[in-house]
Amino acid sequence: MKRHRQNRILGGVLLGGFLGAALVGLFWTPFDPMRIELRGKLQAPGAAHWLGTDEFGRDVLSRLMAAAGTSVSISLVTVLFAVLAGVTLGVVAGYARGWTDRVIMALNDALLAFPSMLLALALLSITGANMYGIILALGMAYTPSMVRVVRGSVLSLREREFIEVSRIMGNSAAYTMVRHILPNSLAPVIVLATSMFGSVLLTESALSFLGLGVPPPAPTWGNMLASARPHIAEAMWLGIFPGLCISLSLLGINLAGDAIRDRFDPRMRGL
Amino acid sequence: MNQPLVEVDGLSLRVSLAGQSIVRDVSFRIGAGEIVGIVGESGSGKTMVARSLMGLQPPAIAVSGGDIRFEGRSLRSLSARELRALRGARLGMVFQEPMTSLNPSMTIGRQLEEPLRLHTRLNAAARRGRILDILRRVGIHDPEGALTAFPHQFSGGMRQRIMLASAMLLRPSLLIADEPTTALDALVQREVLELMLEMVRGESTALLMISHDLPMVARYCDRIIVMRQGEIVEQGPVEEIISRPKHAYTRELLHSMPVRGPARAIAPTLEPVVEVRGLAVEYRVNAGLLARKAVKKALHGVDLAVRPGEIVALVGASGSGKTTLGRCIAGLVPASAGRILFGGEEIKPGSAAWRNYRLNCQMIFQDPFGSLDPRMKIADLVGEALRHERETTAAGKAERVRAILDEVGLDGRYLDRYPHELSGGQRQRVAIARAVIGRPRFVIADEAVSALDVTVRAKVLELIADLQRRYGFSCLFISHDLGVVEQLADRVVVMRDGAIVEEGSRDAVFDAPRSAYTRALLSAIPTLIRTETGVSLNWRFAAEAGAPAAALQ
Repeated sequence: MKRHRQNRILGGVLLGGFLGAALVGLFWTPFDPMRIELRGKLQAPGAAHWLGTDEFGRDVLSRLMAAAGTSVSISLVTVLFAVLAGVTLGVVAGYARGWTDRVIMALNDALLAFPSMLLALALLSITGANMYGIILALGMAYTPSMVRVVRGSVLSLREREFIEVSRIMGNSAAYTMVRHILPNSLAPVIVLATSMFGSVLLTESALSFLGLGVPPPAPTWGNMLASARPHIAEAMWLGIFPGLCISLSLLGINLAGDAIRDRFDPRMRGL
Repeated sequence: MNQPLVEVDGLSLRVSLAGQSIVRDVSFRIGAGEIVGIVGESGSGKTMVARSLMGLQPPAIAVSGGDIRFEGRSLRSLSARELRALRGARLGMVFQEPMTSLNPSMTIGRQLEEPLRLHTRLNAAARRGRILDILRRVGIHDPEGALTAFPHQFSGGMRQRIMLASAMLLRPSLLIADEPTTALDALVQREVLELMLEMVRGESTALLMISHDLPMVARYCDRIIVMRQGEIVEQGPVEEIISRPKHAYTRELLHSMPVRGPARAIAPTLEPVVEVRGLAVEYRVNAGLLARKAVKKALHGVDLAVRPGEIVALVGASGSGKTTLGRCIAGLVPASAGRILFGGEEIKPGSAAWRNYRLNCQMIFQDPFGSLDPRMKIADLVGEALRHERETTAAGKAERVRAILDEVGLDGRYLDRYPHELSGGQRQRVAIARAVIGRPRFVIADEAVSALDVTVRAKVLELIADLQRRYGFSCLFISHDLGVVEQLADRVVVMRDGAIVEEGSRDAVFDAPRSAYTRALLSAIPTLIRTETGVSLNWRFAAEAGAPAAALQ
């Protein structure tokens, strides 16, 4: 019980720290993250540049902060995309059943059959590697699992008596879906959305690492990690700090996600 | 009566962590071969007392005081091992749910053999002989075949017989039956109970029967213990408790049992509000991947008319099609043939008349937990029924919601509460308020009071009758409980296997039933006459009661 509490606090602190840094990074960074200063390249962490400089002399801390802003906003918008699309399709499929359900779920399962990384890669080759393309590709890659979860909970909800009562009261299907089905199926959606946020962040970093993310010179944790590779022997910090950012933010998201899941699932309460 | 078989002395139980007291200072004794009933509503602690006799109370509940002595030995002093030897061999138990108390993946033979292996030294052939013998005695037609069959191949009644067989196999000196027949239909209930009585009398086993059903306990037991909120309020011989109850709660329980209401005059010439003609419902059953789809008929062409202001009761055992008929009339299940007329006009989903019908035909369901959206407040739940009244202002609607909630006995404090903050009876009141707020002309109540405790049920029934008189809606009251029907209905329709067996005015059906099926159903409930001090119970058609099942075949 106590460990759980500590974990939650740790998760909250980590997540809060990264979100805060990302927010600040949108408006202010210690140095201009894009300014090239070849004379001061590959400086070790020190008083002027807390986390050192990279192979072009750019300040690593500033770049990490700017990258956090990019990564977090891409992930947030992507999750929002997946939630909106997934909930809409899932509720419609689960409530309508019949052919609507079959068509939606057949397409959905076809998408679900691909690993989301692979799917995002394929979609990126169509949309092109820019911010909107990435959001679209990642969103489409993550929607299918959301559809599955929502449809499942709608299927069990629609057999409940209060849904029949709504029909008897003369309410339309659309009204019933929005007023009764939707609010009652939100708990699993919120839980899934939190864990999705973490994996979208990771996938986005991986795409950037492969050179398919937001194009340079704009910084992301992934492309910083990638460009640090040739210099790993002489400037370790170039790889270590973005790597730490990725793993610590994921840890924070997962711990906070557990807390949210416990909050929404009464069966997990008190454990 | 020399030494009592069971002595319970000042027993108290509490939740070990929370410290909340569940049962307080309960004392009673059961003599050898005596048949005793514990009656109480939910939360009275009756099941906990019965379970603690076996040492089977849930782990979170601890015995905090008092003692239980079985054949003179204190159960609290026994080791777990000695307790195990006692269970099964000397103490038997029959639970409410025959579906879950038999292991679904073990054959009946293996399950019945288990206690014999554990507690006796009989060899395989002798064990088999004992099992076959007891199966024959509980009325299993093909005992040899039953040995290799699985629980799901038997009906609920048969399963309960098998449970009884397994409990009686070792000839225990005490059999505890916790709501043994609550999950069964009235007819089956009676057969199983009478079989149980016959068996315990034959073996001179004592029986402790736990039930919420006072008339049933009164019919079969020698002595009654009445419990409420963890305490015994009264105990004594059946006759005394029924005819001269001392405690106010016992009187309330007896008073809550349904009695026939006065007969009301419904003009027979009035044109029916709702009429169905030749209504049939079919389900397609998937028999297998390549097999042709089988068609199962749930209703075979039913005709029914409900006149203005009339309460028509639809009774029958489970599987009789009464709920399907109600749901089909409400438009929740599509009819495969036949017509539904509302005010003389045929309605079909999608037609212009349908919309009007939809708003004029409301429904109250059995489960007050399931029929209210858990994420909505009471005021919104009830107000939703007024959504389609475009002329009324929001303030006017709120006023009507408050007025109707007041009428069903829930004051302004409840407006902002959520369903889970209400008791079962209060929830059902909300469901009723929601059904009648739009002044419908027709209300279908599907087992609307079946899930409620006896005293709550009486009040909710009164409420339904009251609202019906005030607003004059017609009502189709679906119930398996004939006592409730006798109190409320103007006319009774008896259904069996998807067809109507008998229909007529309430008095005609209850006093002079024409079909054997109705007679058998009625023999399961008492006629109740209120006397000055208590009540007297008479059992209908008791003479021919011997074999109700035989009358049907």
